[in-house]
Amino acid sequence: MSNQALPRPRFNAPEPERAAKADLKLEPRTAPLLPGKVSGIPDAVFGWAMRFCGLAVVSLLSLIVYELIVGSQLSWHAFGWKFFGHSDWNPVEEQFGALPFIYGTLVSSILSLVIAVPLAVGVAVFITEMCPVRLRGILSFTTELLAAIPSVIYGLWAIFILVPLLRAYVQPFLATTLGWTGLFSGPPYGIGMLAAGVILAIMIIPIISSITREVLTVVPQHQREAVLALGATRWEMIRMGVLRNARAGIVGGVILGLGRALGETMAVTMVIGNRPEIAKSLFAPGYTMASVLANEFSEATGDVYLSALIEIGLALFLVTIVVNALARLMVWSVTRGQPTKGVA
Amino acid sequence: MTSTSTAIVIPPISLWRRIVDRTMTGVAVLTVILVLLPLFAIFAYLVYKGIGAINWAFLTQTPKPVGEPGGGMANAIVGSMVILAIASVLGVPLGIGAGIYLSEYGRNRYGDAVRFISDVLNGVPSIVIGIVAYAMVVLRQKHFSALAGGVALAIMMVPTIARTTEQMLLLVPQAIREAAYGLGVSRWRTTLSITLRAATSGVITGVMLAFARVAGETAPLLFTAFGNQFWNWKTDQPTAALPLQIFTYAISPFDEWHQQAWAGALVLIVLIVSAVSAVRIAVRRGTLAGA
Amino acid sequence: MGVGITVEQLNAFYGKTQALFDINLTVLANHATALIGPSGCGKSTFIRCLNRMHETIPEARVEGKVRIGEFSVYNGTSATQLRRRVGMVFQKPNPFPTMSIYDNVAAGLKLNGFGNRKQLDQIVEKSLHSSALWDEVKDSLHKKSGASLSGGQQQRLCIARALAVQPEVLLMDEPCSALDPISTGKIEELIFQLKEQYTIVIVTHNMQQAARVAEFTGFFLLGKMIEFDKTEKVFTNPSDKRTEDYVTGRFG
Repeated sequence: MSNQALPRPRFNAPEPERAAKADLKLEPRTAPLLPGKVSGIPDAVFGWAMRFCGLAVVSLLSLIVYELIVGSQLSWHAFGWKFFGHSDWNPVEEQFGALPFIYGTLVSSILSLVIAVPLAVGVAVFITEMCPVRLRGILSFTTELLAAIPSVIYGLWAIFILVPLLRAYVQPFLATTLGWTGLFSGPPYGIGMLAAGVILAIMIIPIISSITREVLTVVPQHQREAVLALGATRWEMIRMGVLRNARAGIVGGVILGLGRALGETMAVTMVIGNRPEIAKSLFAPGYTMASVLANEFSEATGDVYLSALIEIGLALFLVTIVVNALARLMVWSVTRGQPTKGVA
Repeated sequence: MTSTSTAIVIPPISLWRRIVDRTMTGVAVLTVILVLLPLFAIFAYLVYKGIGAINWAFLTQTPKPVGEPGGGMANAIVGSMVILAIASVLGVPLGIGAGIYLSEYGRNRYGDAVRFISDVLNGVPSIVIGIVAYAMVVLRQKHFSALAGGVALAIMMVPTIARTTEQMLLLVPQAIREAAYGLGVSRWRTTLSITLRAATSGVITGVMLAFARVAGETAPLLFTAFGNQFWNWKTDQPTAALPLQIFTYAISPFDEWHQQAWAGALVLIVLIVSAVSAVRIAVRRGTLAGA
Repeated sequence: MGVGITVEQLNAFYGKTQALFDINLTVLANHATALIGPSGCGKSTFIRCLNRMHETIPEARVEGKVRIGEFSVYNGTSATQLRRRVGMVFQKPNPFPTMSIYDNVAAGLKLNGFGNRKQLDQIVEKSLHSSALWDEVKDSLHKKSGASLSGGQQQRLCIARALAVQPEVLLMDEPCSALDPISTGKIEELIFQLKEQYTIVIVTHNMQQAARVAEFTGFFLLGKMIEFDKTEKVFTNPSDKRTEDYVTGRFG
């Protein structure tokens, strides 16, 4: 049965060099030190406490939805869908049309995207593709720093530095060069839609830039190399090998920036002029959904007034949720499964 | 059969393509400059305009009526601290608990739902949260309060803290948990004393980030804490807060108040940065050699 | 003194997949028993069933009976209680990284509510002696973290940690596979001496190690236990051909 030819552990061989016999000082065992009985109750309690915390998160969102819906009932019953179509905002006569705010929110956000996207993508491209490696950390840190500045400080700076700048130089310049479009007409107050767009742009650049950087880094190195091997210049490599692949993710980052811009309150309130009117010119003052809430909520007299404002809050809530969900879906579709730090 | 070798001639890259390449690099550099410019401008102006108005009076006195020199934001600084303390007491345990749930008990469909809702909550505009806090607290109590402000900020802290806590806990290797289970340590004790302990510095960093974010928030306080020109030590009365005060002063028509707004802004940034740095240093000191 | 282990008709499942089929064996008190077999044969699963560690994996299920000493592992005893009597050392050393050496060894006691400081000091010293680590760390017990030691030292630290709780059984799941030969030698010497007071079950894919250290050996293959006998017999005169094939290196 046993095959003598094949090697097997040499059992009767002389004992191999044993490690120096350590003096373990094994003492006789004593009785067990720990209580024998273990109660399962603390574990159960803890488990339920943690689940409660998870549930609390869900309840918070439900609470928000509940309060917004309940609070806006009065206004909804009074105006119905027309609420979002009319532009007459008259608290005194209790006529509430939210169109100016919707217009203001959309225009200021889109304007901020127009300004922010090229800048943010440019910065991201520079940091990931063109920048010397030593500078990368510093540059990304400084762009992140922009995200840490509170909104009210942006607004403060905008009022006293940005707006005079716009009024004195930028607006006259735009009026003379692009005034024929009708977008840059009217007196250059400084305060207005343009100022809001600019400050919003500065505020959303960090988030668009950071998402773009993430999706650019995820593009596999072999894509870049393939394009370079065909004899492309660096810019052509970036355009064809990197940006094209990261398109969906960049769009996702842009939409995320949009979501942020839609909900931004303080800085916009401080420079947009707070006039509930729809005007074509970007020089004109405007009003956003978030701003009207900031300005008028604590002064609202009358239940319908308050309810109308809450209804605006509900609309803002719904819009931002949809936009954010869309954005995250797009970013996730690009980065899913891929390491986000370093190139694959 | 020819014996001449056919040389492959690669045409040089056309001038136009080279120009485009150089130009785009220049454009990219330009965007970086344009983006960093406001950053430096903001910090520069903060210091330049704010430092002049910061003096002992500013840090210790309450606002004086317009026209009277002096006065300060002492009540706003303290008020902010009170509101933030309330927010932390409410939001940090809940956030960490939710994070523990997601990492240790929530690796299933229910956990996924909580995760998703947490992300949704993160994206809700802060002013909307202010409205909800108003409805929840102010309407019921029939007055503005630091408590209402604290509740609003706490709601904003919870999702951020929950997600960062979850991520930090997931980084703790399963082997560590198994070592504890193998010793007969109960699950709750393992989670708190072993898993959470191993992730402490990361969790604290996450909490500080959430804290720094809400410390500068104004919108949710507008109709919860509401602001106050005087000292208020009760948590059930309108309370001053630094960002609120900055806002009120900035949009006012008075130059002295504008100057104080800059000073307040500088103090706010300094406080936020110091708080975050202090925690970073404390966390680093507390870890052992080689850990 | 250690206690014996009796396993009857043990079947283990991960969800729908069955990992162990009708395992029956008896481990004698105060002896070392080795479990050998090719990768994936179920020996790790088996040893983890002995102290219910397999329950940390969701969808893991066990049928059958296991008795350690006088109590039944699967009927009535809580897993936590059981694991205080049965210690485990894992394949990759896993000291608690945020704790000092002292705290690591004391962890099993401190975390379970034991507070007497003087007694703890004695137990820590005793355990570190038992794992032959005392001389190397006695000066930096509180200063160095558990993770700052070398691989071999870390594993001995884990052994000390397991011993501090005074278990009666020590389960070792390939404790030396991540270590260099010198550390391996030191730990094998440890096992040889610890047998006097503990019952040791060691999973190893190193047959020489089983031959050096254990009196009894069980051979696992594809979730079944093929043979279980005195080590000498398993290696020199196995009853089953599959055992012979494995032991002579034909596969695995």
